[in-house]
Amino acid sequence: MQLLEKHKILEKNATLLLIFSFLVVTIGGLVQITPLFYLENTIEKVEGVRPYTPLELAGRDIYVREGCYVCHSQMIRPMRDEVERYGHYSLAAESMYDHPFQWGSKRTGPDLARVGGRYSDEWHLDHLRDPQSVVPESIMPKYGHLMNRIIGPEYVQDRVETDALVGVPYSEEMIAASVEDFRAQADPNADAEGLQERYPGAQQRNFDRQPQLTEMDALIAYLQVLGTMVDFSTFEPDPAR
Amino acid sequence: MADNDKDKPVDPHLDPANPDNRVSVQRHAADSEHAAKILGEIPERPRADKPVAPKMRKPTRKGLVQEVGSTGHQWDGITEYDNPMPRWWLWTFYATIVWAVGYMIAYPAIPMVTQATKGLLGTDYRQEVAAEIERFDQANAAIQTRLAEVDLTAIPNDPELVNYATNAGGAIFRTWCAQCHGSGAGGARGYPNLLDNDWLWGGTLEDIHLTLQHGIRDPKDGDTRYSQMPAFGSDGILERAQIDQVVNYVLSLSEQPHDAAKAAEGMQVYADNCSACHLEDGTGDRSQGAPNLADAVWLYGNDHQTLTRIVSEGPYGVMPAWNARLSEAEIRAVATYVHGLGGGE
Repeated sequence: MQLLEKHKILEKNATLLLIFSFLVVTIGGLVQITPLFYLENTIEKVEGVRPYTPLELAGRDIYVREGCYVCHSQMIRPMRDEVERYGHYSLAAESMYDHPFQWGSKRTGPDLARVGGRYSDEWHLDHLRDPQSVVPESIMPKYGHLMNRIIGPEYVQDRVETDALVGVPYSEEMIAASVEDFRAQADPNADAEGLQERYPGAQQRNFDRQPQLTEMDALIAYLQVLGTMVDFSTFEPDPAR
Repeated sequence: MADNDKDKPVDPHLDPANPDNRVSVQRHAADSEHAAKILGEIPERPRADKPVAPKMRKPTRKGLVQEVGSTGHQWDGITEYDNPMPRWWLWTFYATIVWAVGYMIAYPAIPMVTQATKGLLGTDYRQEVAAEIERFDQANAAIQTRLAEVDLTAIPNDPELVNYATNAGGAIFRTWCAQCHGSGAGGARGYPNLLDNDWLWGGTLEDIHLTLQHGIRDPKDGDTRYSQMPAFGSDGILERAQIDQVVNYVLSLSEQPHDAAKAAEGMQVYADNCSACHLEDGTGDRSQGAPNLADAVWLYGNDHQTLTRIVSEGPYGVMPAWNARLSEAEIRAVATYVHGLGGGE
């Protein structure tokens, strides 16, 4: 109790209070921040995870802008019911190029971590335009307006560079070709070689069935890649993790 | 001056005779009566740092009374009692501290250089979920192996297999298939109804099984069921007028309202362009997934506008292949479930 009496000195002295408050915040900050410097070591190495293509990245920005994360999480927890419903539980590596990650802790709609390839583009189109047309019990709002919003590649290179700045391994070549890749992915007639070389397994087609490149193209391209990068038929989970 | 005052009319707001002014008058009277107290005898206040303990008496459980001290905090002469925290609250607080320490020892908690501490209990979600899945797999292993190995045509004759497959298949259907085909398998515009007798690629158990395994027009599956109706309009194969004619002819096949003159002309267009897949009489060809145009079941709709769009742009319905996501036993279970919904052949 003697120590507590001494606390009064702090309470009555503004400068001391400031100094000690700062000390406490520093310790708390270090405890939280220091482990982040060892983050690389804590992410399990997994084959197949690649940075998003420029078009997928644009779709991801639309996903964030429209607030999809408010209802949809992107993290399958290691529980039997979730694995049965959504597929293999999510790995840290699968969201290591997400800035910010979209894990979420609340699901009004289903988890989307492995929605890629689960439905056809047509389904996504129908569903985003009018969710109730395919899932009558759904309460999801309509996103048909995305089909009318044409996107150009003005900011694509800046966007890729920004992600490179925060640690996503986009090479010089990827950054230089970002506009080209952005256009090529939504054009089934474009040359696929460069895109495939830079982003192995990138799906290339006209996602929204319209001649123009719209936000719908980008969003569906993003949805169709979610959770498809890791081949789980060959993946062996590290039991020590 | 006095004379002047007399000459002035009395201000009713200040006139003591006015009953409305009585309160003010009374207050003035009271003030002058207690003038000495108000101006002179101000009681001395205690110094801020040394507040007087209030004369508050608090009965304890034993019935005694006890002074409650002051915290020493004071604002405008109001001091704060130094009452202790409620006992239940305090003990709950201590309990959470003890719990936290125990939890950190028992479970993974403290981040180290490469990974967090393991915890004494050795909890590992990955092992837990693997064990849990293993447990259910083992419980189902016997019947699933039998389901996967038995001849496909023998399933409907085995009550035990049908029972299991219908229930398991129903659960899988509601997880993976309901988003397109509806939770009741009634389908939606562009997504076939699985309850009726109208099948695009065949409704026998084998057909359904094959469709489930490899999907329809799945770009990732080499063995997928594939066919593509040309986009007669956007690829410039037919004139706009010809499309109008053939749409009227198609409407006439199922005896729906149509323009008879156009339909007659459309007959030749149909024979030249459509009959190879949809057959001369429009009954369709299941080996190519070409739907029956002569019945009352329509996948995309039967109005003139929709048919014109379909003929112009060419439909391209895709169903994913499931052999990468579901096991053979699971695919067979869904096939049995769908086959048993009412339309199975």
